[in-house]
Amino acid sequence: MAKVRNENTVLLSEEKIERDLLSNINWSNKFKIWFGFLTALLVVCLWFYVLQLRKGLGVTGMNDIVSWGIYISNFVFFIAAALIGMLISSVLGMIGYTWIKPISRIAEIIAVAFAMVAGIVIITDMGRPDRLHHVLLYGRIQSPIIWDISVVMTYLMLSLLLLYIPLIPDISLCKEKLTGLPKFQKKLYKVLSLGWAGNEAQYKTIKRYFKILLILIIPVALAIHTVTSWLFAMTLRTGWDSPIFGPYFVSGAFVAGCAAVLIAMYFIQKNYKLQAYITDMHFDRMAKLLVLVSLVYVYFNINEILVPAYKFKPSEVKHIGNLLYGHDSLLFWLVQGGGLIVPFMLLMIPKMRKPLPAMLISVVILVAAWFKRYVIVVPTQLEPYLPIQNVPESFHSYMPTLPEIAITVGTLVMVLMIISVLTKLFPVVPVWEMKEELLEEQHQ
Amino acid sequence: MTETKGNRDRDSRRKFLRNFGAAGTSLLIAGCSTKESNAKSGEKIKVLNQNQQLVEVDVSDISPATMQADKKYLKKKGRTGIPGRKFVMVVDLAKCKNARQCMKACQGAHQLKPEQHHINVLEMEDEKSNSTYFMPKPCQHCDNPSCVTVCPVDATFKRSDGIVLIDNERCIGCRFCIAACPYSARTFNWTEPRDAEKYKDVPYDMELNVPQKKGTVTKCAFSADRVREGKLPYCVSACPNGVYYFGDENQDLVTNGTTRETVRLSHLLEDNAAYTLMPELGTKPRVYYLPPRKS
Repeated sequence: MAKVRNENTVLLSEEKIERDLLSNINWSNKFKIWFGFLTALLVVCLWFYVLQLRKGLGVTGMNDIVSWGIYISNFVFFIAAALIGMLISSVLGMIGYTWIKPISRIAEIIAVAFAMVAGIVIITDMGRPDRLHHVLLYGRIQSPIIWDISVVMTYLMLSLLLLYIPLIPDISLCKEKLTGLPKFQKKLYKVLSLGWAGNEAQYKTIKRYFKILLILIIPVALAIHTVTSWLFAMTLRTGWDSPIFGPYFVSGAFVAGCAAVLIAMYFIQKNYKLQAYITDMHFDRMAKLLVLVSLVYVYFNINEILVPAYKFKPSEVKHIGNLLYGHDSLLFWLVQGGGLIVPFMLLMIPKMRKPLPAMLISVVILVAAWFKRYVIVVPTQLEPYLPIQNVPESFHSYMPTLPEIAITVGTLVMVLMIISVLTKLFPVVPVWEMKEELLEEQHQ
Repeated sequence: MTETKGNRDRDSRRKFLRNFGAAGTSLLIAGCSTKESNAKSGEKIKVLNQNQQLVEVDVSDISPATMQADKKYLKKKGRTGIPGRKFVMVVDLAKCKNARQCMKACQGAHQLKPEQHHINVLEMEDEKSNSTYFMPKPCQHCDNPSCVTVCPVDATFKRSDGIVLIDNERCIGCRFCIAACPYSARTFNWTEPRDAEKYKDVPYDMELNVPQKKGTVTKCAFSADRVREGKLPYCVSACPNGVYYFGDENQDLVTNGTTRETVRLSHLLEDNAAYTLMPELGTKPRVYYLPPRKS
């Protein structure tokens, strides 16, 4: 490991590190065009949301049979992607892997962006968003929704702190070193750096707080996705009524999260010219991690499908049959085979763990991960215990409508916007940690 | 403003009446006193309250019964079960000929669209005899209701008289209850409800769940508004074929909606091998079915 690092860092000096890692902080025209494009897209999507507010959820493809559609599967996907911050920074960091340092902030930014927007996603699914405050006024502790809101809010707060605390020295650096910035940005740095002076005691303090947060975030991260899985597992529905839904969802979340980090790493490395910091080694390791979590996820999938398929209980025949060879089988096998098994097998080949192929495979995995949530949420509802009768033909299936797709795209746009702004406002790779590492290496 | 003061006075008197559990004071005594002062006259009068208890109140505390239009009163009434009662329905499948009068009456009373069913007559397959039968399916008003457990805001609730209702002024439209109900008993107002204009100014009656509201869930209410008046539910009295029995488990009596014949609940269930839908789920339904074919 040390060898790989040396090859890449041998030419680094403190000045070069600062120069390289602060170079992304500017509002280039390229960024303005990208952000303008996102804003335009978001405005269109918002227009569809206004339409939904005016006309009701009837503008979606949902009906009395499939009353949870892509909004809910999108929500599950967002929560899944948000979990990665915990795995990278916390679990790997505390085990003592130092290679994660340059990419841990990327993982945290992804976690914060998805967790923030997840709250908005769930509001788009509400029939009465104007009554959101009822959750506070009349909240009942029995309901998994209340658990979910509590843990997601806690996770968002912890993730924000986990992103912010190690950022403080870097913000202070931005304040001192960067010139020609807009006024608001200077002010922002000044406020956020909290009078950082960079002395020994201060470093000690943030390291201690950081460690506490790393420990705290593990149970909360497990809780957000476990509780989200319970929104389904706590019901009596065939296909959802499963005791392994918690770990099944958590393991799936790591797959989606690793893929999201790999994609972000690729574009950040290319756009901000950080090849000396985010190296082939990082892609290689992240891809290997993706293989590992995929294997765990495949294991849970086998349990989740094979056990009921073997028993073929009367109540589960329809649902399992529908997935394995029925109406939803094409999507099911595409997601399982094409979106999980084939990609992780490809990643076992060393060449495929180079940045570009690893990124492309991750895109496939991430898209499949989105559809996997759809496969978990929707088909179950189409197989209720009692027959579907005396309702319009459209109630026998579910197809998202244009407004529904647009609103979902809008939430993805918001995630991209948050990630884009954060990576333009702050150093993506922790400057002070890189410098610290350089010093250590020089000592050796 | 004098109007606000008047309202406050009326409110405080109402509170007084409610303290006696006498909120539903009947029209009988409506005209007794309309005085606008709070001074006690000292003259007592005996009245029957909604719980069938004889209570004594001061004459000056009685105001005209404008309760029907009082939203606050309707709200409180909706959440309070009828004391001492445990409502139960028995559906005799052998008699159902798919006349669908129950569905029609229900949709009319509850402001529902043609595709919205509080009660739905399903054609079921009998695998043993390879034939079909018709099964009316209202909300099962489970004693262990999955929908109530998952509701995040207590919008749907179980009353002491066994009825599961919904408060569509509190419902946030998350549809968790629809996902949780194994009987598919709930339906959602995806768009503006039927005749929304017509019902615009009607005060919301939780027991009838009218007016319906866009973005909220609606379900069978066992016609809580009718049973409070001692009448049979809309579907039960509309049936031409004698399919439905409705009554009180505590009294052990149920009445047939068509023949008006009242029978012992326990005998009816025992003699006809009654069953509930999917008892293995542990929801404990309050709707019993008598088998479609007598053995």
